[in-house]
Amino acid sequence: MSNAMKEYDKEKDVVRLNPISNGTVIDHLPPATGPTIIRMLKLSCKEPIMMAVNIDSKKKGKKDLIFIEGKELNEKEVQKLGLIAQGSTWNIVKGKRVVSKNKIEMPKETTGIIVCSNPKCITNNETLETKFTIANNMGKCHYCEREMNMKDIIKSLE
Amino acid sequence: MKWNLKDIISINDFSREDIECVLFNAKKMKSLSREKKSKILKNKVVASLFFEPSTRTRLSFETAIQNLGARVVGFADGGVSSQKKGETLSDSISTVENYVDGIVMRHPIEGAARRASEVSLVPIINGGDGANQHPTQTLLDLFTIKEEFNSIDGIKIALVGDLKYGRTVHSLALALNKFKKCKIFFVAPEQLKMPQEIMEKLTNVKVVETENLEEIVPKVDIIYSTRIQKERFPDEIEYNKVKDAYVITPNTIKDAKSSMRIMHPLPRVNELSQELDGTKHALYFKQAGNGIPVREALLKLLLEGKK
Repeated sequence: MSNAMKEYDKEKDVVRLNPISNGTVIDHLPPATGPTIIRMLKLSCKEPIMMAVNIDSKKKGKKDLIFIEGKELNEKEVQKLGLIAQGSTWNIVKGKRVVSKNKIEMPKETTGIIVCSNPKCITNNETLETKFTIANNMGKCHYCEREMNMKDIIKSLE
Repeated sequence: MKWNLKDIISINDFSREDIECVLFNAKKMKSLSREKKSKILKNKVVASLFFEPSTRTRLSFETAIQNLGARVVGFADGGVSSQKKGETLSDSISTVENYVDGIVMRHPIEGAARRASEVSLVPIINGGDGANQHPTQTLLDLFTIKEEFNSIDGIKIALVGDLKYGRTVHSLALALNKFKKCKIFFVAPEQLKMPQEIMEKLTNVKVVETENLEEIVPKVDIIYSTRIQKERFPDEIEYNKVKDAYVITPNTIKDAKSSMRIMHPLPRVNELSQELDGTKHALYFKQAGNGIPVREALLKLLLEGKK
């Protein structure tokens, strides 16, 4: 863990977690979704990452929390988060200050992130980005019209 | 009647108004003289790209194209196309679109027609993309119903046989959901029932699921029969249990209304007895014939007047 993110408190004999300097905080995640999100975002672990799982939350009872130093999420990564953690937040931190606070919402459409579960779909047979429309907790492939439930969609992201 | 579509890819792209527009134009096509018809697409060229074999669909498209005065280029077997050499579908379409005014295609890969429509500047008509969509079959089914009963609203139809894998019955059920007061009887063995995700979408029709065909025969206007395919079953014992469950003979329909009609997308194997062919109930060959005016109407709607 980076020195920027931890601090040893001698009196209490604990490691205190400090906010990151520049990067992203994904907060209010549903409990135990943190590890999936780390895998899903395919974080290289070159950047310092800190994750807290099942910690107390005033709003939700329990939550997960991820700090990523030196990284801002791109559009596809935000779409991925929307599929698994709608209602959570992603905040951009610059100079130790939160400069942007955003709610994670379920995307209505995704491009290039969900893998179609139909082996005969053209997206699994030619070099082509997938496109899905999302509604009622189901995703529909723009090309082969195969419908996938959220469980299968999330599995395809990992 | 307003026509909004630039390509024919999926029956799900059609509003009720779009469907009505096709049926109206198909009816007009039936009444036009050969001579008038042959001027509609004069000097146009249409590609018929069948990357997998087909009999009815390809022949009826190519007949429709020629009836409208256009010329046909293309192939009837993907083995002779550049795809055999490894060319992508996108490249094939990007090349062919320069030669022609429209493209009719069948392809084994699902979503191929949608992809082609993104690449091509000329209209694409989907003649079937794997197990996904075959919209012109659904449109000719609807046209046949309208011709025979004057209206699609209020029709009572039994879809019989392989409802699990049959794309024809999936599309037809979803299309009927766009009309008013239709009632669909789904008649299939447990293993081949209509998938739940389709049933959930049928919010605008009354539905009944049963395994017993004979009890619903007197109640329906149409029996739409489909083939039960042996390859869909995990073992032969399971297949043998149901293979003859829905063989329709004159005896099966002895209690049917005299106006009841039997439809089938063809080809049939043994599910429709040949003894039915000469009866007033047999509509399936007329249904296949309706592929011509429906495909003529689609070609006209997409290509007429375009440079």
